[in-house]
Amino acid sequence: MSTIQRNMSLTGDASNYLNPTQKIATVIGLAGLGIIVFSLFHEFANQALWLTLSLLAIGGGIVLFAKGSYSGKLEGIKNHGVWIKSISSRGFWGWVAGISLTGFYVILYFYEGLLGANPDGNTGIVGLFDPLSRFLSGNPASQWFVYGTLYTVAILAFGIKFIWKYRHNRYEQLRTVSVMFFQTAFAFLIPELMARLNSDSFSLPYNDLKNMWPLNYYAFDGWRVDQFINAETIGIAFLVFAVLSVFVISPILTYKYGKRWYCSWVCGCGGLAETAGDSFRQLSDKRMVAWKVERWVIHSVLVFSVVMTTAVVSTYLGYDSEKYWLTKDMFLIGVAVFLGLLFAVIWYYKREELAKDARYGAIGYLVIVLGLIAIHYFSNNQLFLFEAGDLRSFYGFLIGAVFSGVIGTGFYPIFGNRVWCRMGCPMAGILGIQQRLFSKFRITTNGGQCISCGNCSTYCEMGIDVRSYAQKGENIVRASCVGCGICSAVCPRGVLKLENGPLEGRIDGNQVLLGNDVDLMSLVNEK
Amino acid sequence: MYLTLVTTDLPTNSNSMEHIVILGNGISGVTAARHIRKHSDKKITIVSAETDHFFSRTALMYIYMGHMNFEHTKPYEDYFWKKNRIELVRGYVTAVEHEKKRLKFADNSLLDYDKLILAVGSKPNKFGWPGQDLEGVQGLYSYQDLENLEKNAPNNKICKHAVIVGGGLIGIELAEMLASRAIPVTFLVRESSFWNGVLPEGESAMINRHIKNHHIDLRLSSNLREIIADENGRAKAAVIDETGEEIACDIVGLTAGVSPNVAFLKDSGIELGRGIKVNRMLETNIKDIYAIGDCAEQHEPIGSRRPIEAVWYTGRMMGETVAQTICGNPTEYKPGHWFNSAKFFDIEYQTYGWVFSKPRENETHFHWKHEDDTKCITVCTKTSTGQFLGINTFGIRMRHEVFDRWLTEERSTDYVMQHLREANFDPEFYKQFESQILSSYVQQQTVNA
Repeated sequence: MSTIQRNMSLTGDASNYLNPTQKIATVIGLAGLGIIVFSLFHEFANQALWLTLSLLAIGGGIVLFAKGSYSGKLEGIKNHGVWIKSISSRGFWGWVAGISLTGFYVILYFYEGLLGANPDGNTGIVGLFDPLSRFLSGNPASQWFVYGTLYTVAILAFGIKFIWKYRHNRYEQLRTVSVMFFQTAFAFLIPELMARLNSDSFSLPYNDLKNMWPLNYYAFDGWRVDQFINAETIGIAFLVFAVLSVFVISPILTYKYGKRWYCSWVCGCGGLAETAGDSFRQLSDKRMVAWKVERWVIHSVLVFSVVMTTAVVSTYLGYDSEKYWLTKDMFLIGVAVFLGLLFAVIWYYKREELAKDARYGAIGYLVIVLGLIAIHYFSNNQLFLFEAGDLRSFYGFLIGAVFSGVIGTGFYPIFGNRVWCRMGCPMAGILGIQQRLFSKFRITTNGGQCISCGNCSTYCEMGIDVRSYAQKGENIVRASCVGCGICSAVCPRGVLKLENGPLEGRIDGNQVLLGNDVDLMSLVNEK
Repeated sequence: MYLTLVTTDLPTNSNSMEHIVILGNGISGVTAARHIRKHSDKKITIVSAETDHFFSRTALMYIYMGHMNFEHTKPYEDYFWKKNRIELVRGYVTAVEHEKKRLKFADNSLLDYDKLILAVGSKPNKFGWPGQDLEGVQGLYSYQDLENLEKNAPNNKICKHAVIVGGGLIGIELAEMLASRAIPVTFLVRESSFWNGVLPEGESAMINRHIKNHHIDLRLSSNLREIIADENGRAKAAVIDETGEEIACDIVGLTAGVSPNVAFLKDSGIELGRGIKVNRMLETNIKDIYAIGDCAEQHEPIGSRRPIEAVWYTGRMMGETVAQTICGNPTEYKPGHWFNSAKFFDIEYQTYGWVFSKPRENETHFHWKHEDDTKCITVCTKTSTGQFLGINTFGIRMRHEVFDRWLTEERSTDYVMQHLREANFDPEFYKQFESQILSSYVQQQTVNA
């Protein structure tokens, strides 16, 4: 099959050109970034002024670019040229962006000194952010403060761009306002401001309330739990909330609305993916083989995170037993019983639906139980050859830094914007199992209207082949679906609708109505 | 070679080894192949001159507009065909020799069949306009048309202006495509209002305005007189018949409908009308030859449907039906209630049941339009009984399943209007207009009474 060589055209493509507003916006945005880079080589006299200028220029540049792209155009889907422009089709600028972002993450995670982070007085980029950090928390900045600020600016500015792009679609607008709010308030401002409460006698760890375990893999680390307990009422309340959100709040919300309530309405990773990453959603891998890899990788990370957390918690329960009402053995037995009951319930209610998947679930469960036994017998706090602490660091390095940051975000322009959410996030893994098994959420297919065009699959950031369900008239109930709603938005024939409805007939593909006379449908549906 | 010898020498189980050849790899042919495989072990071969693999023809426009690549328009990954033992042959068939039960290809090679399914689709209409075969004049139907378009109109430097002739679904798609690359378009429509042979007046007028809002130079009641060539035999201008105006252009898109692609069957002995004549079992006059999809023409129209239906889902349904028949369960093609959909630039259109451009005898239309001029509905009622006959909806998505049920239950329009919310299929949090529609309906009923 000959493919069309657009880049052979000598004159280039008109739809590919930037208009004057977009050009000005690009200059302004890059100038803002330039100030930040320049601060590496030059210490500004008035840092507060230059930081303000820089952040305004970055945010303003992005918003102005959006104005250049969407204002003066009629409301509707704005995907013209997505596979023609090099930035959004793995072309030259896509690779430049991918390599730059990845480089930034490597420096951020492993060479923060290069950014000027220094406990004895920041310089460089981190120094540039000192005024803002002191203004909020009263403390000097860290590389994480720099990152958090830029992250928030990106979600806000690209969020405005996204809302503009989807100004005909209230579902998209509302959930974008939601992630913008949760990022700014819960992930950024509240924890910074709460740091002001800390003193010599009272201290709370940095706590993003919406960042749940196991996405927040350090949620139950010893030093955090100790700080919470020491902070008495408010600390205990936070700790209780953290436990409740994992075991009560999130299952209830996922039952009612699907995992989208978290992944595309609340979560910070999801927030960045849906705003800054929106231009790259079409790059996710749709092949069957990618789905197979996805299921193994994400559930392995989930098992890993459960074992790691159990090991870490049981370690400090073990050597500091007089401090906690829970003993190490009670905890280990508790985890084993809880997981055993969970598995039994799932097996009892869903065994027909699960078939082969149940075996994989059983394997995961077995691994965890073996892990627990191992933790119990290696009383010197070692799990196999590792100390629990080392296991925790290894997880933090491999999953927390390399997977979610360097690959997950750095490679947006290459692998798409939800690689981490799809392949790596243990939280998405848990919510996905809940969504698949016990949830009212589904994407409804509208009878026989599908024309198999493929827009839905192309723009699914999770790599779900939505069309393969829609063209059969089947509802889409997939563990990985984050409910972003874009498949429904880009469908030219009004075929898809995200809904919360009765469990009855949720996955049933036999009720389909492809337009045929009823007796033919019953023949077609015979398996 | 060795393998082939052995298999032909073996006594064959005629049923399982029966060779089904399907000519055409569009939605009809591919659906037939998939369902034959589902129900049997027969040998299946799909022949196509167009592409190696099945793709969604309706998505061609999105490739040009940059929404998708060709790969994205393939509903099945390339491994699918081998896995399901469906053989794919790329070749151009020039003749069907039914006495010998074989196909003849352009390179004179032959392919034997036991049963043949013709799913050869359509080709763009040309009405004998002077200059219609010049370079730079093309239709938009096949993958090759898309390649030509990429050559004729890659951008607005090479293609400074485009003229489109024919105001139907493909014409408006082509206008949207060219506009996406900032190519100025003049759109010649024979009718006095866009697609008003199908759409009622209010809807058609709303789409006229929407087309113009997209900066398309829409010329209503305008026919093409001729296409003028430059010294190299390329189209350089189109002349409007009514005014004699000459419009300079670098491409002329001919989109005045399609007709069955049956010229190569002229001397085959297969009965032809405009398309390939079939009975309700989708059988042609020749034993073991069937026709499905765009190219099939029913002897008698089914209900209010046209004898030839060039619609995506009818192709799919005919494929399912013929597969049943071929696998030993003779089944009539019985399409249910009429439905369809399209998109005009940014405005989605769906229809369920029958709404004709003008109410037929004993029919009444109710029309509601939103003030933003992008949403409207038209409901058709049987005047004598108040029975609901059909709905056209623009800019508001509706549920197929609900309308199909209401049509089967022969609900009244009063009932449908009161329960319209149940049929709403717009995304969550969208503004809903049912109460507005209902009060407008009630008002009109009172006026009529």
